Amino acid sequence: MARVFIPFNLRKHTGDVDQLDVPGATLGRVIDNLEERFPGIKEHLVEDGRLKAGVSAVCGHAATRRGLMQPLQEDTEVHFVPAISGGASGA
Amino acid sequence: MVATYEPRHDLKVVGTRPIRHDGYDKVTGRAVYGGDVKVPGLVWGEVLRSPHAHANIKSIDTSEADAMPGVLATMTHADLPIADDKLIDTGEGTVNVMRHAQNVMADDKALYKGHVVAAVAAVDRNTAQEAASRIKVEYEVLPVVNSVDEAMADDAPILIPELEGDHLGQKVSPTNVATHFRHQIGDPEQGFAESDLVVDRTFTLPMVHQGYIELHNATAFWDEEDRITIWSSTQGAFGVRSQTAAILAMDESRIKVNPVEIGGGFGGKTVVYLPPVAAVLSRKAHRPVKMIMDRRSVFEGSGPAPGGKIRVRMGVTNDGKLKAADADIRFEAGAFPGSAVTAGAICVLACYNIPNVRIDGRDIVVNKPKSAAYRAPGSPQVAFASEQVVDEICEKMGWDKIQFRLDNASQEGTRRADGPSFARVGLVETLEAALASDHWNSPLEETGPDGKLRGRGIASGYWMNGGGKSTCDLSVADDGIVFMNEGSADIGGTRASIAMQAAEVLGVDAHDVRPSIPDTDSIGFTGVTGGSRTTYATGYAAYEASLELIEKLKVRASMVWGIDADEVDFADGVFSSKSDPELRLGFKELAQRLEGTGGPVTSTASVDLAEAGNSFAVHICDLEVDPQTGKTDVIRYTALQDVGKAVHPSYVEGQLQGGVVQGIGWTLNEEYFMTEEGVMTNSSFLDYRMPTSLDLPMIDTILVEVANPLHPFGVRGVAEVPLAPPLGAVSNAVTNATGQRYTDAPINPGKIVAGLANGDES
Repeated sequence: MARVFIPFNLRKHTGDVDQLDVPGATLGRVIDNLEERFPGIKEHLVEDGRLKAGVSAVCGHAATRRGLMQPLQEDTEVHFVPAISGGASGA
Repeated sequence: MVATYEPRHDLKVVGTRPIRHDGYDKVTGRAVYGGDVKVPGLVWGEVLRSPHAHANIKSIDTSEADAMPGVLATMTHADLPIADDKLIDTGEGTVNVMRHAQNVMADDKALYKGHVVAAVAAVDRNTAQEAASRIKVEYEVLPVVNSVDEAMADDAPILIPELEGDHLGQKVSPTNVATHFRHQIGDPEQGFAESDLVVDRTFTLPMVHQGYIELHNATAFWDEEDRITIWSSTQGAFGVRSQTAAILAMDESRIKVNPVEIGGGFGGKTVVYLPPVAAVLSRKAHRPVKMIMDRRSVFEGSGPAPGGKIRVRMGVTNDGKLKAADADIRFEAGAFPGSAVTAGAICVLACYNIPNVRIDGRDIVVNKPKSAAYRAPGSPQVAFASEQVVDEICEKMGWDKIQFRLDNASQEGTRRADGPSFARVGLVETLEAALASDHWNSPLEETGPDGKLRGRGIASGYWMNGGGKSTCDLSVADDGIVFMNEGSADIGGTRASIAMQAAEVLGVDAHDVRPSIPDTDSIGFTGVTGGSRTTYATGYAAYEASLELIEKLKVRASMVWGIDADEVDFADGVFSSKSDPELRLGFKELAQRLEGTGGPVTSTASVDLAEAGNSFAVHICDLEVDPQTGKTDVIRYTALQDVGKAVHPSYVEGQLQGGVVQGIGWTLNEEYFMTEEGVMTNSSFLDYRMPTSLDLPMIDTILVEVANPLHPFGVRGVAEVPLAPPLGAVSNAVTNATGQRYTDAPINPGKIVAGLANGDES
């Protein structure tokens, strides 16, 4: 069970639940299971089979570089945060 | 001075100070910069920029320019492919291609003064400039949005009518607020209710520029096979490739970018402006096209750091603990969405362990140049706010300003307001080093001998640092020299810092590893030199490539000796037999005996690192203020920073000193001085006053080495966070000297005099 923290902007989909345990061995499976519980949330996180551009998933202490394939341990914290912009992202 | 925690005593190259590999080229002028590029058939490109900060473009007539002798091509936005209004991942961040293309060349609206509206290629620069001036543009001038307050007003002119804002998850249109997001932990209102003191301040900052010396430049050649070759001053050749490919709707593999030396960037050269324009002009002119901005264009038409408005409220209890905080950060993105507000929101309270926090961030479009990165993007601005509030709390409660920070310092396990918790970080050690420093323990007179007011300020700052993708290739020459290809633009001595990490593993001298930075066809993808990632990530690739090289050389040594490869050991640059002490070969000796063992020995490694190792810095500033003129002189400054492991301490110290100098200028002098019509009136280095060595004392540094457990040598990024604390440290020193709190940057002489006469300038 990964510990998933729901960002403030998506809590309308979770009835203001801000964190919960979600089963899944990978980030992709966790998001699928999150969608099962809170329909409509996935489209804010995933697009074209990848993490949505502009969304960063912090698994543990750092933003994953493996996207939906990121393996998750039992107690891994997952945070969805805005991707850092103002750097290389251009206009 | 270096204070080391969890040290590694076995390092022989890392931590030393060799002469940089590119030193002679740089000081003799042999190094090739973008302005030096000459190729056969080269012609010049120039652009026409909008004189209006906000205007509909009714028509563009290039006929008179086209008819001029010597003119080879003209270009407007219509020459660019139609791009989707969609974010794409370029491998080093996301880009909205349509907006990016509109920033490179305006479509139907000019959104800032200096926005490129057309371009021309001609046989020489004078002809190109004259032709550009003959392009006729009909504008419908629109009201200008100059600030975040104006942009958020109910009756604000809308810059981008089709922009759909995301306001706390709700889609909103029309709007100038592209994004409003929130981070929250705990119950801030309850925390404030339980606080014994709440300090609530609002701060404003103007846009500022990175101030790199070298102007933006690009040379491009679009050949007969629809392949493009580009030479450009950039922090990342692969970024030039990916952004240009996206704007031109081409496969990246059709574009080759040749890195040239870079004369400063500080984040501002992570974004392309000229390469797509030069490429299209080249396609139309059938000649290579070279373009160089002038200084005014760099100020008006490249990417400054965002200005904005920041409110910070912090509550403490009488026992010296922070109980609650909130921050409302409103950043000027410039003409298109995408300011550093997301990073600013992470940094604003990251130095403190606070149980109840709310942070709101807004990314707001205004009629100013599209903002870009500037060292620790967003962090200096927010530290200007939060560090002044902390200072005021300590003043009002009579608390020691370092001890209070220590009592509330973030450390391993502390949760940031955006959610994640810290791994091993060194803020506590850095604060302790500050507490023990000679500077902090040296008394400062309240007034100088000439009646000037003296003050001391302290501030801390935070930056995440970056990881990401990097590639490094190694090959061994017959004489034992190791040639290194790596993909990172060398903006701050990274040839040396990466080569030194390889040399450490290989057991050779730093100068026995010869680094080169090849074109994008000749090395694996490597992310931009920015975010403080290069010495960490490309250095990590060098480390891994070196380990692979050693394993291959062990096999070769076994062939030379006729023993099993498992029997070969390697330590301190010497290959040896585990069982026969007579069999020993140094690295160079083995390299000279490789003939017949299977050809050249090479290795390569690529990494894609998620974690980086965060950095904290603490700065102490002494200054004096002339009460008559308001002029401020910094008289002593000490920068302390957790650097993980300083690979080349001289360059690390230089990074700290450079960040301090930029921060002093940002606090006291620098600003985009804009008219109500959105025109920058100080777009030259004469009027945009940056500090020089004549203005400043020696900047002292104390390197605190809390090893980063994620890196084999303990390396952390070091180049971003030095710009985080200065705005807080300097402004707090001004307050300490004058007794007045200044919340509107820059704190220039006029504001100081007014503050002394009238009370708080704010």
